[in-house]
Amino acid sequence: MFKDHNQHDLALCQLKRVNGIVIFLFLILIIPSLAWAKEAIPVAEDPEVEKRMLALTMDLRCLVCQNESIADSRAEFSNDIRREIREQIKANKNDQEIIQFLVDRYGDFVLYNPPMKPTTILLWFGPVALFIIGFGSLIIYLRRRRRQIEDVPLSEAQLKKAEALLNENKGKNV
Amino acid sequence: MMRYLIPLFAFMVLAAFLLVGLTLNPRQVPSPLIDKPAPVFQLNHLHEPDKVMASGDNLGKVWLLNVWASWCVACRDEHPLLVQLANSGIVPIYGLNYKDERTTAMQWLKRYGDPYTISIVDSDGKVGINYGVYGVPETYVIDKKGIIRHKQIGPVTVESLEKTIIPLIIELQKQA
Repeated sequence: MFKDHNQHDLALCQLKRVNGIVIFLFLILIIPSLAWAKEAIPVAEDPEVEKRMLALTMDLRCLVCQNESIADSRAEFSNDIRREIREQIKANKNDQEIIQFLVDRYGDFVLYNPPMKPTTILLWFGPVALFIIGFGSLIIYLRRRRRQIEDVPLSEAQLKKAEALLNENKGKNV
Repeated sequence: MMRYLIPLFAFMVLAAFLLVGLTLNPRQVPSPLIDKPAPVFQLNHLHEPDKVMASGDNLGKVWLLNVWASWCVACRDEHPLLVQLANSGIVPIYGLNYKDERTTAMQWLKRYGDPYTISIVDSDGKVGINYGVYGVPETYVIDKKGIIRHKQIGPVTVESLEKTIIPLIIELQKQA
């Protein structure tokens, strides 16, 4: 009986240890997933906010890595701006207010679509102006060339020579 | 003659544009905050966390706001210059410790010298966004009325201090 009891104790002890190992393994399994879950929170938080934030940041330039949009960039700067925009969306600011907020602080350079104003007129109309200049000079050039072709009459000697050549062929009856 | 001169002229115009382009630095985005009131803030001191500094406290004097962090390598380059400038007594420098750890920041200052009249803490970078900070270090010259007069993007250099910042400070100090 005494022995039995002892064995029982041993079994219980082993069971506890097994339990401990199982819990430990379980924790090992679950801890990383907890960590991932934490990092993913901002996206899952509110899909509507995230959608609007993404749509806005697609057209905004990351000032650190200038060829990337704030939506694409993983730079610390873009993280901060995305967080700021999320907060402003939650504070019920409209898109225009948010963009104005950023332009006030970082200038037009954050916009991938530059606004039309005196300093950007060349940017907006330069290509059209270049096209008009190019197309205009092409037309002028073609007209002048056609006039040159039309306007040069054959001289008396050239005419006679041509006539002679034609007559020569007539006689041969090709 | 004209048919040779026109392409030459067009080439020279293009070359002039490209030459000017070479001297521009795309990293230096002109700040829209120049000649605008410095954004207001209320931030805790770095060394005495229970004390608060407000941007309005400096009205009536010309001051520099230097944005720095212990993780920023370029800050180490400019730091000896800031210490020198602070020792010269020309202008008070206030440090905005940007997105940093308090203890590392304080260690950093102990190691490299502390040029700041007061260091304030912007741990989440919110004030940084208001000032249009997009890289560290950045330095703002703010006049007696609390208006931003100059923004140095990147580390201050001997050249930028001598040619731009110090002359500007002396001129601003003369103003009422």
